[in-house]
Amino acid sequence: MKTLSVTLRVWRQPATGQPGSFVEYPAKDLNPDMSFLEMLDVVNDELTMKGDEPIAFAHDCREGICGTCSLVINGKPHGPHRGVATCQTYLRSFKDGDMIVVEPFRARSFPVIKDLVTDRSAFDRIQQAGGFITVRAGSAPDANAIPVPKAEADLAMDAAQCIGCGACVAACKNSSAMLFVAAKVGHLGLMPQGQAERDRRVLAMVQTMDEAGFGSCSNYFECSAACPKLISVDFIARMNRDYLKATVKSAFKTAPLGSSGGGA
Amino acid sequence: MATLDSRIPAGPLADKWRKHKMDMKLVNPANKRKYEVIVVGAGLAGASAAATLADLGYRVKCFVFHDSPRRAHSIAAQGGINAAKNYQNDGDSVYRLFYDTIKGGDYRSRESNVHRLAEVSVNIIDQCAAQGVPFAREYGGLLANRSFGGAQVSRTFYARGQTGQQLLLGAYSALSRMVGAGSVELRTHSEMLDLVVVDGHAKGIVVRDLVTGELSRHAADAVVLATGGYGNVFNLSTYARGSNATAIWRAYKRGACFANPCYTQIHPTCIPVTGDYQSKLTLMSESLRNDGRIWVPKDKAAVGRDPNSIPEPDRDYYLERMYPAFGNLCPRDIASRAAKRVCDEGRGVGLSGLGVYLDFSDAIRRLGEAGVSERYGNLFDIYHEITNENAYRVPMRIFPAVHYTMGGLWVDYNLMSNLPGLFVLGEANFSDHGANRLGASALMQGLADGYFVIPYTIGDYLASQKPGARPSPDAKEFTAAESAIRAQTEHLLSVRGKQPVSHFHKRLGHLMWQYCGMARNRSGLEQALREIPALREEFWATVRVPGSAATYNQSLEQAGRVADFIELGELMCLDALKREESCGGHFREEFQQADGECRRDDEHFAHAAAWEYQGQGRAPLRNTEPLNYEFVKMSTRNYK
Repeated sequence: MKTLSVTLRVWRQPATGQPGSFVEYPAKDLNPDMSFLEMLDVVNDELTMKGDEPIAFAHDCREGICGTCSLVINGKPHGPHRGVATCQTYLRSFKDGDMIVVEPFRARSFPVIKDLVTDRSAFDRIQQAGGFITVRAGSAPDANAIPVPKAEADLAMDAAQCIGCGACVAACKNSSAMLFVAAKVGHLGLMPQGQAERDRRVLAMVQTMDEAGFGSCSNYFECSAACPKLISVDFIARMNRDYLKATVKSAFKTAPLGSSGGGA
Repeated sequence: MATLDSRIPAGPLADKWRKHKMDMKLVNPANKRKYEVIVVGAGLAGASAAATLADLGYRVKCFVFHDSPRRAHSIAAQGGINAAKNYQNDGDSVYRLFYDTIKGGDYRSRESNVHRLAEVSVNIIDQCAAQGVPFAREYGGLLANRSFGGAQVSRTFYARGQTGQQLLLGAYSALSRMVGAGSVELRTHSEMLDLVVVDGHAKGIVVRDLVTGELSRHAADAVVLATGGYGNVFNLSTYARGSNATAIWRAYKRGACFANPCYTQIHPTCIPVTGDYQSKLTLMSESLRNDGRIWVPKDKAAVGRDPNSIPEPDRDYYLERMYPAFGNLCPRDIASRAAKRVCDEGRGVGLSGLGVYLDFSDAIRRLGEAGVSERYGNLFDIYHEITNENAYRVPMRIFPAVHYTMGGLWVDYNLMSNLPGLFVLGEANFSDHGANRLGASALMQGLADGYFVIPYTIGDYLASQKPGARPSPDAKEFTAAESAIRAQTEHLLSVRGKQPVSHFHKRLGHLMWQYCGMARNRSGLEQALREIPALREEFWATVRVPGSAATYNQSLEQAGRVADFIELGELMCLDALKREESCGGHFREEFQQADGECRRDDEHFAHAAAWEYQGQGRAPLRNTEPLNYEFVKMSTRNYK
């Protein structure tokens, strides 16, 4: 079988806040059917046996759905191909003799934990602020009681596919998280079940996004190009409309009269 | 010897759960705030449990080893979730779902648990739809269904090929709501390394922060483990690389019984292995068997040929031939063994000869390429990414791979282990799938346990515990557990041997696949039981774990998990050896029918084997819980 050999130029950084640098590692005689992460496994085993510390990188499902893997490969989040995650990138996409630059997702809101691993917990905080429909277990009506037009359910699914990897942030020169937030706001806002909390949701999620230090959107749409699920930037426009409406409504809204108080 | 009281409520099958809910003790709302519950894991079972318990008013701490609860491997489930809604008007009912699950499990699950699962299945769909899960819909706006293996009705709800993702994100959103409200304390990057048992009750855990390496102690009134299955014992599987057995294994070593460890599900439709560097096998959803037809050449001389050039009469659609009633939709264990059989005959395809075709040309003729793409497009894309082949043009090549483990910690009807205060949910327990799980039933069980079972049953336990009586994390049991972890970590780091952790994991995987995989026999299992202890010794003497304990150290994490896999692999082989019958996913070559199907031995093995740890170097004790079939007659499965 024809094999290939490449040189990896990898970002090494011992811990958050410490200085890092690029280090070169040869990776020889690789099977082109090997995945990019399997190559890192092999390099890491070699480093281990040499007494060096292996390269830390995040990964889990290795089938493009959990959103754990990251990596900027030759300047592109999730590597050379559109619509796939790093873990679905195979060596047949590279040429023998290539120099491959491997970096973490870089953004102020995603501090490096070690080497190629970053802290993306800001995404969880945005979800905790409003990325849900409040429903107590056991209180839901029959699932077919609320029909959802197929086109809207399909569109909601397009947005809901987001795997929360953060490539959109890494691809954006402003480190904006708009595509991520818009995907969640769009998904829940398209479903009839999501209407009751629609205004509250978009206001809270955008506010938390801003507080986490993500930048604004300048409409370059690098986010969507880097997205492993190719989530459309149309959802950003949709979120902006929702946000504007909710802001205007909240400005004119009178506070509701207290609804609490003891019963008989 | 452990006491295994299944606590199955008396009375007619269909009334048990309703009556049990009335009989269980309640905790009043003001007291709920005084109880602290630890939930380990945030997949479907863990996230739904943590969110629901917090919503009820309990104080919940949720621990995940991932960087976010949304990463749990439930997310990778593709095909769907079963529920007895009968929206298709095709004859489904709670009883039929119950019966299919019992039969699919080859009569090795507990009737009462399975019936409850079927009952609450309908509530799950309601709950998830209300959360905004974007299920597939028909043009009228109502929910769509598809069919799945082991059933003759269409009861599977789905969201494209990403049903697990959407259901997990639903549970994650519920959990996020409770975290945002301050009702759940969420600890990410936190791996449970020991269970703490005080006066015979599970009362806490010791956790390692994977970023800083710090150990911390957490006391609680009850501990819920929802940490998934242990298929990564085989190294190569469809599991995520991080999926591990450490939480349940260490609970086992603290006294929780481990039931039916040998029941492993080998999924028939995965992308075949290509090389020894491989880290992962990728599943192609069982839903593909709705429209794809499985075949190999009739004549082994034709195996190297271009499949499109092999004419129809020279193809053996072996599942349709052997099982005409269920055809390509027969249960997973049966489809996997059939694939093995045709490959053993030399008729397997692909470079390794370990593959069969899954062919969509008929479906494309019937539905058009666009129609097939709408149903399965993302799966065809995944297939293309991995193999560089276009499955719209040439048939997919598939082969069975380890996918799920039906065994797990023993639990009673309340999902409580033999250690009081320890609850086990989802794939981590053994209770609902017997010796074989049907497709689209794992998601159902995870959410049933978390949303609809544990919220009731945990109260029954907590009501017997004085509010605020949990031990202090300074208690001697916590100190002892923490010291043991420190000692193990120091040992792993100090060996400085000559092989990386992955080396041992691969060797264990080979042993398990060879001797405890799709077909097992006495001499092979005995061989494995000699080789695995030797491998364990070699691991502890020659493993190389770089770095230190006080940093982010993925090698150290992996070393601890592989150490546990090696011990668990041995128990799996022992369980497979002692179960002298074939049932579901456990196929002993000595016990088969003339036509190669499983030969069960209901007289001697109609029981769950619940293994009890007896200390390092001592043989574990095999306890049994008899399976009394009061309502269904145990019979030989027939899918012909």
